[in-house]
Amino acid sequence: MSKHPVVIVGSGLAGFTVAREFRKLDAESPVVIVTRDHGGFYSKPMLSNAFAQKKNAESLLMKDAARMADDTNVQVMANATVVAINPQLKQISLSDNQVLKYDQLVLALGADPIQLPLQGDGAAEVLSVNDLDDYRRFREAVEGKKEVAILGGGLIGCEFANDLAIAGFIVNVIDLAPQLLGRLLPPESAIFIQRKLEDEGIAFHLGTTTQKIERSGGKLRLTLANGNIIQADVVLSAVGLRPRTALAAAAGIKINRGIVVNGLLQTNVEDIYALGDCAEVEGRVLPFVMPIMQAARALAPTLTGKSTPVHYPAMPVAVKTPCCPTVVSPPEPNAQGEWKVEGGTEGIKAIFSHQNGQLLGFALMGSAVQEKAALTQQLPTLS
Amino acid sequence: MKVWQCLVCSYIYDEAKGDPEHGIAPGTKWEDVPYEWSCPDCGVSKSDFEMVEIKP
Repeated sequence: MSKHPVVIVGSGLAGFTVAREFRKLDAESPVVIVTRDHGGFYSKPMLSNAFAQKKNAESLLMKDAARMADDTNVQVMANATVVAINPQLKQISLSDNQVLKYDQLVLALGADPIQLPLQGDGAAEVLSVNDLDDYRRFREAVEGKKEVAILGGGLIGCEFANDLAIAGFIVNVIDLAPQLLGRLLPPESAIFIQRKLEDEGIAFHLGTTTQKIERSGGKLRLTLANGNIIQADVVLSAVGLRPRTALAAAAGIKINRGIVVNGLLQTNVEDIYALGDCAEVEGRVLPFVMPIMQAARALAPTLTGKSTPVHYPAMPVAVKTPCCPTVVSPPEPNAQGEWKVEGGTEGIKAIFSHQNGQLLGFALMGSAVQEKAALTQQLPTLS
Repeated sequence: MKVWQCLVCSYIYDEAKGDPEHGIAPGTKWEDVPYEWSCPDCGVSKSDFEMVEIKP
């Protein structure tokens, strides 16, 4: 019998899913979730298409902390910030000087938005949306306004652009890359989705960067490296996430891009585990929902004493741009092979194959998304 | 015919369209979708996070 609880730091999808999966296997042992936010459950992927879903910050919250605690039979300590981990004593310290002992510690800390270096007196006004509270602030900021500039033309930038266009905003998107969704798509596919988004009224400024944001007559004025000037009421930054590693690093846990864990999601420190956006699992930092679900399902039995390595099937990702339904399964960064693209006005199918014919990735848009299931079956699992 | 949404990833299950790629014929009501079915986008099982009805 455990003397002290399993302590999970973080109440995002990773933290709550571990708690829920653990409860399926062990109805008794105490579990405590410590979270610095409100501790309620919401769907993070919905933040970037909430207008289309006719949702706001209030209706996005599905269950508050009390309800989550009840439903999962765990203790949720909300608005509690962990300031230190002491692996020798197997305890964590909170900002209010409380100390909590653990038998096993799970770090589900998430990631922080990357902030671009920007000049000008408007730079501090740039918002990013990484959680529900951020989203509430963003919605308040755009209330009654017309123009939004988005820094970043990746998945989140494109989803927000489409969602804001649906809601009637004038949207400008700026990205240093020469194409949209640069890490996920071959150029032909990127052009396809760009045209669809342009048909919604969204303007793109690619291959350039924002240098300066200044306040100007109640608005923000963005100066781009190519000399263009864009006006906006609100600037939203969506240029990527960086795993939260500082807490772990200070405790002597090994860090690389993320908190380094093996296939059992163990850090180099005994009885400390990590998963989700903060973790680097066997060399991979995998964003999105599906890897988190897989990791949580493996970690739960491991925590009960039945070591279970995480297994990743092929995990295609839907890009929630209603004007251009898109599903991608990008090849791994070091994959050898090439893209082959076919399509017309209704849809475009891009497949990435090794020269031996093995399918390694795909990007499907418009009518081509129907082929998702058939192609996913041909993909190798990650190893 | 009703439309349901996954609470985790916002995948839409439209009863009229079903999920034929995963063996769910068009017109399959949510209650008739098998227990083993999981969300094609995020993998949550039908029993974990019930989808919610978003329009009648």
